[in-house]
Amino acid sequence: MSQTRLLSVLVENKPGVLQRVASMIRRRGFNIDSLSVGPTEDETVSRMTIAVHVGRQQAEQATKQLAKLIDVITIDDITGMRNVAHELLLVRMHTPPDRRPEIFDLVEVFRGRVVDVASNTSIIELTGSTEKVDNFIELMRPYGIKEMARSGAVALVRGEQARIRLVDFDVAARAEREPAAVTGAAGDTTGTV
Amino acid sequence: MIETAAVTPLSEVASRRLTGAQIALETLVQEGVDTIFGYPGGANLWLYRWLPAYPQLRHVLVRHEQGGAHAADGYARSKRGAVGVVFATSGPGALNLVTGLATAYMDSVPVVAITGQVPSTAIGTDSFQESDVIGSTMSVVKHSYLITSVDDVAPVIREAFHVARTGRPGPVLIDFPKDLQAAATEHVRDDTPVRLRSYLAPPPPDSAKLRRVAQLIRDARRPVILAGRGVIIAQAEEELIELAHLASIPVGWTLLGTGAFPLQDPLALQMVGFMGAGYTNKAVCDADLLIMVGMRCDDRVTTRLDSFAPRVEHLVHIDIDPAEIGKNVVPHVSLVSDAGAALRALIPLVEPKREHEWLTQIDQWREEHPVRYMRRNGLLQPQEVLEAMYARCNDEAIVLADVGQNQIWAALWFNYARPGTFINSGGTGTMGYAFPASMGVKLANPSKTVFCVTGEGGFVMNMQEMATMVENDIDVTVVILNNASLGMVRQFQDDFYDGVRSAVDLTFTPDFVKLGEAFGMKAMTTGRLEDVGPMLDAAVAHRGPVLLNFDIDPEANVYPIVPLGKGMLDFVEAS
Repeated sequence: MSQTRLLSVLVENKPGVLQRVASMIRRRGFNIDSLSVGPTEDETVSRMTIAVHVGRQQAEQATKQLAKLIDVITIDDITGMRNVAHELLLVRMHTPPDRRPEIFDLVEVFRGRVVDVASNTSIIELTGSTEKVDNFIELMRPYGIKEMARSGAVALVRGEQARIRLVDFDVAARAEREPAAVTGAAGDTTGTV
Repeated sequence: MIETAAVTPLSEVASRRLTGAQIALETLVQEGVDTIFGYPGGANLWLYRWLPAYPQLRHVLVRHEQGGAHAADGYARSKRGAVGVVFATSGPGALNLVTGLATAYMDSVPVVAITGQVPSTAIGTDSFQESDVIGSTMSVVKHSYLITSVDDVAPVIREAFHVARTGRPGPVLIDFPKDLQAAATEHVRDDTPVRLRSYLAPPPPDSAKLRRVAQLIRDARRPVILAGRGVIIAQAEEELIELAHLASIPVGWTLLGTGAFPLQDPLALQMVGFMGAGYTNKAVCDADLLIMVGMRCDDRVTTRLDSFAPRVEHLVHIDIDPAEIGKNVVPHVSLVSDAGAALRALIPLVEPKREHEWLTQIDQWREEHPVRYMRRNGLLQPQEVLEAMYARCNDEAIVLADVGQNQIWAALWFNYARPGTFINSGGTGTMGYAFPASMGVKLANPSKTVFCVTGEGGFVMNMQEMATMVENDIDVTVVILNNASLGMVRQFQDDFYDGVRSAVDLTFTPDFVKLGEAFGMKAMTTGRLEDVGPMLDAAVAHRGPVLLNFDIDPEANVYPIVPLGKGMLDFVEAS
């Protein structure tokens, strides 16, 4: 059964890494729902958050094939974990003066923000889960969406500990990194990634 | 500025001002390279400017970059620990490497390709002979680098060799802009081991799983081992033999695993799969425990996936690449490990045993389904040529095969008793591979007899390398099995495409004797069995490259074969 899996991937911050990741995903026939990439606390490292629509065995293949790329440092399948996964939505709404209060009230309910107002349109900003953003868009549609831009999800797992740490060639750190294993229900396809 | 001072040997001097090209060549020497296959052009001329200053680097001028890539691949496959190196210029030169890189990638061969690129300031302007080589090769290399600073030249090359030769080996491409070949910097040789935080050696095999495998071996009634090229790469043939003997487990192999286990061993099966021996397929299909070591288990092994090993109760998969595990078949127990490390750790846990009934059954299948061919119409059979050729091979001789019928005949009709003695393009199935690759093999193994088995179709695809072979006096005997058609395609058309022969007739081929002689090769031809032996004797006695054309039965087919879309047990045998 296909589902959207959320992969949090730390990669070397080097030119061409995005193409390597995208190229591998295309070549292996996986479908990307969204992919976002940006800097991390370490300037040599970027974090990619990839939402990929795949079946279970495919998800494992996608993870392992990603892990094989030399510029991929660590990969963490955080699907179903307690995570914060947020998207950013910017939408330009048709907001003639007489409809503004009604629309802006809804923005308030969704904890969005009005970031630009012109005579007949406004830009609204909203962040949140994919589901929340989807719901907001559905609600806005009847009022007249002029255009919109939507980022892919970026995500971190909740709690005290960082999920994955960079390897510093220290044995302890290495041992900690190893259990990132995937075991298929039908058998043992375990591999360190 | 170009440094024009004479090059001193790798010296006591800690730091010297060198150009990017010099640093690259010094680093190749540092990595143990002694042979480079290459072709110069506008964007790599600084490398060639400095090449003569490094006489320890033998440069072989190929006649087409594809030939260079295959030669580097052959060099690496046939010399343990070696990395094949190929040079090409930008644009068309680099793009001509693509098939060769793909071939090395699919078969896990360590090759480093260094391509010239237009000056870094011109990249992206569609300047003369510019192409996006990194982008064009991305899916057929293990990794690739664009050099962006002359200070990166040595670190990038060292990293490239590290990536190419470790883990699951593979080709690595370095794109080297012309201006950075010319730029100078202070160079200090660095001998510290390369370490990458994103590329770690696999951990030792899991001990609990090893115990589980040992227990499965103890409990199995019908065990079978299948060995792939991973066993040969890991140099784990002794361990494989030891394990097989310890628990009396029959061993079969993949096309690329040929040579991993000696055929004359009583426990030997044969090649498995699509064109494997019937008795190997029967054993795999009846096995209750199947241990796959160092192999991908692709569709040429499994045939129709649901027909593969249907009675197996426990499937064990050992491979160094985690992505190969569970990709095609889902094992019950998996070990991500170098084949040698896994087998060495497993052997002490395995108890001696012998399943007499199972071995008797396998002996019976071996008798019922021998690998055989039929003599027909007084026409020369390819196997007759190969048998005569193999009679002139010792254990050490190396045989290359191209792709198609010649490949399967060459694989099945000889006892490759040692690893690395049979070399062919298994994964990509690259026609035209064997002939240029054989140059690399012979240069890496000057004391060994090297035969290159090919068809008249595949030979012509890279026949320009005859010039390279003659120029460098590379002593290879080329055996063309000439059936005046694209034989494997013709066989498929006859059997699986309604018998319509379409675009397979190669009656119009060159006169191979005249062709060979035009290039300066000794060349001979025959279609008669009685000439085969004397011709081969003359070829072996001759020092230097020889081209032998054998006109064989044009209707000779490959058997056994599993018809397309059918299962492992549906193999059709020679009759």
